[in-house]
Amino acid sequence: MSTAAADLLQTYLGEEHTISSWLLTHDHKRIALMFFGSVTLFFFVGGSAATLIRLHLVNPAGTLLQPEMYNRLFTMHGIVMVWFFLIPSIPATLGNFLIPMMIGARDLAFPRLNLFSWYLFNVSGLVALYFLFVGGVDTGWTFYTPYSTLFANGHVIAAAVAVFINGFSTIATALNFVVTTHKLRAPGMTWFRLPLFVWAIYVTSIIMLLATPVLAMTLALVAIERLMGIGIFDPSLGGDPLLFQHMFWFYSHPAVYIMVLPAMGVVSEVITCFARRPVFGYKGMCFALVSIAVIGFFVWGHHMFTAGISLLSAVVFSMLTFIVAVPSAIKVFNWTVTLHNARIHFDAPMLYALGFVGLFTIGGLTGLVLGTLASDIHLQDTYFVVAHFHFIMVGGTVSAYFAGLHYWWSKITGKHYPETWGRFAAILMFVGFIVTFAPQFILGYLGMPRRYYTYPADLQTWNVLSSAGASILAVGYLLPLCYLGWSLFYGRKAGPNPWRATGLEWQTSSPPIGHNFLRTPQVTEPPYQYDPRDGSYISQDGIRHA
Amino acid sequence: MHEWVPFWPRNAALSASIIDTINIGEFALIALILVFVFGMMITFGVRYRHGSARPRTAVAERSWRFEIGWTSATIAAFFVLFVLGANAYLFLYEAPRHQDLELYVVGKQWMWKIEHPGGQREIDAMHVPLGSTVRVVLASEDVIHSLFIPAFRLKHDVVPGQFETFWFRATRTGSYQLECSEFCGTQHAHMRGTVTVMRPAAYARWLTDQGVAESLAQRGFALFRKYGCSGCHGTGSDVHAPSLAGLYGSIAHLADGRAVRADERYIRDCILIPQTQRVAGYPPVMPSFQGQLSEEDLINLLAYIQSLSEGPRP
Repeated sequence: MSTAAADLLQTYLGEEHTISSWLLTHDHKRIALMFFGSVTLFFFVGGSAATLIRLHLVNPAGTLLQPEMYNRLFTMHGIVMVWFFLIPSIPATLGNFLIPMMIGARDLAFPRLNLFSWYLFNVSGLVALYFLFVGGVDTGWTFYTPYSTLFANGHVIAAAVAVFINGFSTIATALNFVVTTHKLRAPGMTWFRLPLFVWAIYVTSIIMLLATPVLAMTLALVAIERLMGIGIFDPSLGGDPLLFQHMFWFYSHPAVYIMVLPAMGVVSEVITCFARRPVFGYKGMCFALVSIAVIGFFVWGHHMFTAGISLLSAVVFSMLTFIVAVPSAIKVFNWTVTLHNARIHFDAPMLYALGFVGLFTIGGLTGLVLGTLASDIHLQDTYFVVAHFHFIMVGGTVSAYFAGLHYWWSKITGKHYPETWGRFAAILMFVGFIVTFAPQFILGYLGMPRRYYTYPADLQTWNVLSSAGASILAVGYLLPLCYLGWSLFYGRKAGPNPWRATGLEWQTSSPPIGHNFLRTPQVTEPPYQYDPRDGSYISQDGIRHA
Repeated sequence: MHEWVPFWPRNAALSASIIDTINIGEFALIALILVFVFGMMITFGVRYRHGSARPRTAVAERSWRFEIGWTSATIAAFFVLFVLGANAYLFLYEAPRHQDLELYVVGKQWMWKIEHPGGQREIDAMHVPLGSTVRVVLASEDVIHSLFIPAFRLKHDVVPGQFETFWFRATRTGSYQLECSEFCGTQHAHMRGTVTVMRPAAYARWLTDQGVAESLAQRGFALFRKYGCSGCHGTGSDVHAPSLAGLYGSIAHLADGRAVRADERYIRDCILIPQTQRVAGYPPVMPSFQGQLSEEDLINLLAYIQSLSEGPRP
């Protein structure tokens, strides 16, 4: 193979060094890095809000922050983390970088649209930072009406505009991925030879395309009611407050899968590579992704079991909720069994990925409790829900994001991260996470509602424990920032395929050249042709590596 | 029952026992699955670690047998959970036919106003008799709130523009937290109070000690005359309007062909948006009282109309 020849050419990082070569680039890899910069910034913005929240809750009297400030902080934490970190995190960074490389393409189908999406994202980010600086908004990230349309004093319109614009960035990127996956696959790259990461991003993109417009409509209606006083959600104007919840969750429940399916894709790549054997039940994994996406559109009512929906809809939504959990369970079983008859290397990406499986399983199983109608009456709107979705989105998605970041770091930068530090941070994050969020299940069961800036004193122990865990978690998240940053300058130089992985992205230089491949690869193999007997593998372009 | 577990809330109602039973079962199942999954991960992780000398075989397993197996097992287990949860929800959803007491709760930023049928009013406190079936009618004056009593394992959203209802039967005396669990603005976390469960005799004494002259229904009757309702719906009126005696709880036949139960929601809508629920055989002359009546006025009128039926009055 001509990786040696590729090394002689300029990598995508080294081609040009001017600022405009970045700001006007059409290269999906550079745009991925720019997205990486943007979402990292927002991750730490949202994270600092979380830090303040946990610090505040150490004291049951809640005297550190004023209630107005506390309410604005958890709203900001939610809005920033959901729309400015979790939703773009894996797709816009790793997806952007890897989709063309994994399918053997030179770039995404619409490079200019890709760049435009990054600009849209940053415009929406600026609007978000604007509303944060002028005073924030106190509706919670859910914008429930009629509170958000009539009673909230914050900058609801600015927040809605930020999320509205952000949605168009999501749609643009999703459209790009869908078209790219359909049209730009290398010869021989059939659908069932696609790596599971590509499947995951493809399916996620479909959800993004179908769900995000509903969010835009909902927010537009909130703005119309708030600005013009036209009754849509406010009962005193003849509207229906539950209509908002139906519309909002019609988007926001699928949005959960937007956040977690890409994570499942990352973890599938990592586990099979470090287990040195093919993923168990590849086709089952594909079908599971697709069925989660489809059924995920029909479960939104489970956010409203105590809101006064009819008995019939409650029962139907509960049943569909249990059905959507089945494919997730299948995926967990398949990842676990992939460890059987394997030759497992516990490098940092694998530790993060195994952390994902564990935390996602806990998050998913506690989701079943919430999907059980009678149980939800007690647990809805308590810290049990908070713990549950943090297990899915932080324990799950963020762990997988770090798994992917470490796994592909050498491909993206051409440098090795320091392995010991990587493993240490992975374990620290796992422990910190458990200590932070496991007590919140107990708090929820004891009846502590969400969004309380002050709480009964007998709940203090668990809150202090949770805050202590959060400080471990904070260190865990700051560490990679340091050692990954360090590795950019001092890291060991990486070869094209340090993990001996089968994907096409590894069959070219690290970092890749401008258009990824010297010649368009010919795909002859399914993904994940690892042999656990001797650790050898056959890459997707058909070459056996001893 | 669970006082010995430090992270288990107190149990003071029938609903708490029902929901706890389901949850304990679910938590046990979760623990079992977690042991299974983590057990497999750890066992395989040790047995098939890179350095282990254990021989590996060429990977050619037929995965579909396993997959169909555990998919079916998962579906079966989930179905059991679904049925248990739905069955209990069904029981808790609709109040039993015979209630001993009806309470009226108005939520507003940031307080709870509780009204007893005898006219007794409380703020952020709710006194209820032990062992009685209590039905609660919920109304909101502003945004969505949610009435949450952890010791009863019950909560129900309080939605502006409509009456919501739920019911409970307290099984243990004492005082318990009452909270708002739907974010409702700055002092959301202070929208808290206590539920006091008392022996029936103590409750009766407490009611008389409040020294209230007028019951809710009597206040409702005063409004009924003040707003001119009696001009048409009163006995001996010569306007062709439906009689309200025996209306509450009956089946109303509407002009558009529907038959609906005349519950709280129906009565509320008839007063505020009468054109949508016109009774068959009557001309559309009822005016809307939207914007003229407060939530408490509506509750008083409701209590009066309820008093005209045998209904659930104590």
